[in-house]
Amino acid sequence: MIRSRGSFGHEQGCMTQLQHMAREGLQQLIDALRDRGYRCIGPKVKDGAIVFDTVESAEEFPRGIRDQQEPGRYALTESSEDKYFDWANGPQALRPLTFAPQETLWKVQRDGGGKLTFREVAPAMPPTAVIGARACDVAALKIHDQVFLERDPADPYYAARRKALFVVAVNCSSPASTCFCASTGDGPHVSSGFDMALTELDDGFTVQLASDAAQSIAAALPLVDATDEQHFAVGHQRSEAIRAQTRSVPGRNLRQALFDNLHHGRWKDVAERCLSCGNCTSVCPTCFCHREEQDARLEGDAADHVRMWDSCFTREHSYMHGFVLRETTAQRYRQWLTHKFGSWHDQFGRSGCVGCGRCIAWCPVGIDVTEELQHICGEGSSESIPSP
Amino acid sequence: MTKPTVAVHKFSSCDGCQLAFLNAGEALLTLSGLVDIKHFAEAGPVDDQAEVDIAFVEGSISTPAEVERIKHVRSRSKFLVTIGACATAGGIQALRNIRDSDGWKGAVYAKPEYISSLATSTPVAEHVRVDFELWGCPITTKQVVAVVRDLLYGVTPVDKADSLCMECKRAGNVCVLVAKREPCMGPVTRLGCGALCPHFGRACYACYGPAENPNGVSLGRRFLGLGLTQAQVANRFALITSHAEPFATARVHFEGKGS
Repeated sequence: MIRSRGSFGHEQGCMTQLQHMAREGLQQLIDALRDRGYRCIGPKVKDGAIVFDTVESAEEFPRGIRDQQEPGRYALTESSEDKYFDWANGPQALRPLTFAPQETLWKVQRDGGGKLTFREVAPAMPPTAVIGARACDVAALKIHDQVFLERDPADPYYAARRKALFVVAVNCSSPASTCFCASTGDGPHVSSGFDMALTELDDGFTVQLASDAAQSIAAALPLVDATDEQHFAVGHQRSEAIRAQTRSVPGRNLRQALFDNLHHGRWKDVAERCLSCGNCTSVCPTCFCHREEQDARLEGDAADHVRMWDSCFTREHSYMHGFVLRETTAQRYRQWLTHKFGSWHDQFGRSGCVGCGRCIAWCPVGIDVTEELQHICGEGSSESIPSP
Repeated sequence: MTKPTVAVHKFSSCDGCQLAFLNAGEALLTLSGLVDIKHFAEAGPVDDQAEVDIAFVEGSISTPAEVERIKHVRSRSKFLVTIGACATAGGIQALRNIRDSDGWKGAVYAKPEYISSLATSTPVAEHVRVDFELWGCPITTKQVVAVVRDLLYGVTPVDKADSLCMECKRAGNVCVLVAKREPCMGPVTRLGCGALCPHFGRACYACYGPAENPNGVSLGRRFLGLGLTQAQVANRFALITSHAEPFATARVHFEGKGS
C-alpha cells in the first residue's frame, strides 16, 4: 500500500493569506510552541557552525551571523544585517531528528530453557518544533517520507519521530556559495511540507500558515495582514536568493547520462582525491543507508539490535556473503552519484539531491558534486574510456 | 563442560591495553566466570606455558627474545588476538624503524652494549599467524568484550574498519577539519574510540591506525592547503601507527618532497 503524502497535516489546502509579525514575535512564537508542549529546536552557534539544538529564547539564535561556505570550508562571520536568519545552513539538516544516527530497534533475551523473547524498543520523542528549517531541508524531509513512510510496512521508528515534528520553515535569503537549490527546484523558498513558513524582512517576518496545528499556534502571535510592500519584498528576496546562487546541476533527469558514462575517466580522477570517508553521505539530508548490528551482552543471554547510519563509501556496505562488491573508491563514488542523481528517479520519481551543498562544504578535500557531474554528464562527456 | 581457557601475554608495550580488561569492572568478574584465565601477570595468574583457547597479545616484537617467545605463544594457542597499536602495528616504538636505531640507543643509554634489542619494532603478524587484530592506543573494554563474546558464541568477530568520520558524524560532532581547519586524521583513521578527540574540538591523531580504504596522499595535500609544511604533513603519519603500510606510504610521499 502506498500511503498518501501529507499524512501529517502539511496540506496546502488550509493555506492562509500572508501575514506579518514584528521581529519580537519570534520569542512569542517560541513561547507559544512551548506553552503547547513542544520542545523547541532552533539554530545555535556551536563549535564554529550553526547547528540545530534545543532553544528556549530567541536570544540564543545566531543573530547578525553569516556562514561562509566553500568546498571543504565552513566559517562564521559577522553579518552587516541585523537578522536572525542571515545564514544558509549548518552541517546537518533535520535528518538526525527523524532518522536517528544510532538507535536500538529491539532487544532479545534468552531464558534458562533457551527460549528467546523479543521486545521492540519504541522510539521516544516529545512533540518537537524545529524553527529555521530551510527549503532544502524540508524537501529532504519529504524525500525521507517517501523512503520511510510511503512503503508497506512503514518504518515505525521514523514514523513516530516524524509525527512528533512541527516544522517552522524559514525562507532562505542568504545562500552560501555551495548552494544550488534553485537548480534542483527545491528552494530557496519552501512550497509545501511545512506547518508554518517565515520570511525574514527588514521589519520583521511574513508568516504563512499551512496546517491546523499552525493555525492554533498563530492565535497566540501578533499577526496582521501583510502589506503589498511586504508581499513584494518576499518576492524580491526570493529572486535575489536565486540570483546569488553560483552553482547548479542540470535541471534534466541525469539517469541516462550517468549510466551512459559508467566507464568515464572522471571516476578514476575523483577517486584520487576522494577519501572514501563517508562525510558527504553523513551530511546529505536524503541519504538513508543504515546498517544493523547485534550488541550482545558478555553473559551471552541478551542482545540489543542496533541500527546506525552507514554509507556507500564503506567496505561493509557492499559486503555480500563472502565478498565485497565495491572495493575501490572509484566504484564507491560512482555508486553514490549514480544512485543520487540516476537510479533515485526509478525508486522515487525524482533526483535524490535537494541542492543544499553540504556534501561540497563538508567534504574534507572539497570535492564539488556539481563539478563532477559537469565532467561526467556535461556536453560531449560520453567519450567512454576503458575502465581501469 | 570445561570453560574456554584464556591467556594475556605482554611484549614491548606500556600495559595500557591490558587495562582494557582490568578497567572492565563488573564485566571482568563476569568474564572470569565464563572463561578460565590461565595467564594474566598484571591481574594475578601466572602460567605463561599454559596451552589456551584464546591468547591475547599486547606489545610489539622488538627484542631477539620476543621473536622466539611469540612463536611459543602461537604454538600453545588455538586463537591468537593482538590487542592495541603495538601488537597490531608495531606501536609508537616503531618510529625507530625509520631512523637510526643504534644511534638513538647510544644517545639514550650509558652502556648501549647491555641493551639487547632489534633495530625494528614490528607487529606480531610479521612473525606468526594472527587470527584477529584489535586496533587502538589503547583499545577499549568494549572492543575486548565484543571479541570475547563473539568467540564464545563461536562466530568470527567483526573487523570494524570504517573511517572515524562515520562514528564522528553519528556522534553529532562538528567537523574540526572543515570548521576549525584542524589537520584531523579522522578521514583515514579507523573508528572505535568514539571520536574522542574531535568531540573535544581537537584533531584526531590516528591512534587507531588506518581505516580500510585510506587515501593518505589526498588528505596530506589538504593539510598542505591548511598551511602545514611537507615535513609537518609527513609527521602526521609518523606517530602511533607509523609502521602500518598506508601511513608509511603517505609519510614517504611527503617526506620525499622536503619542506
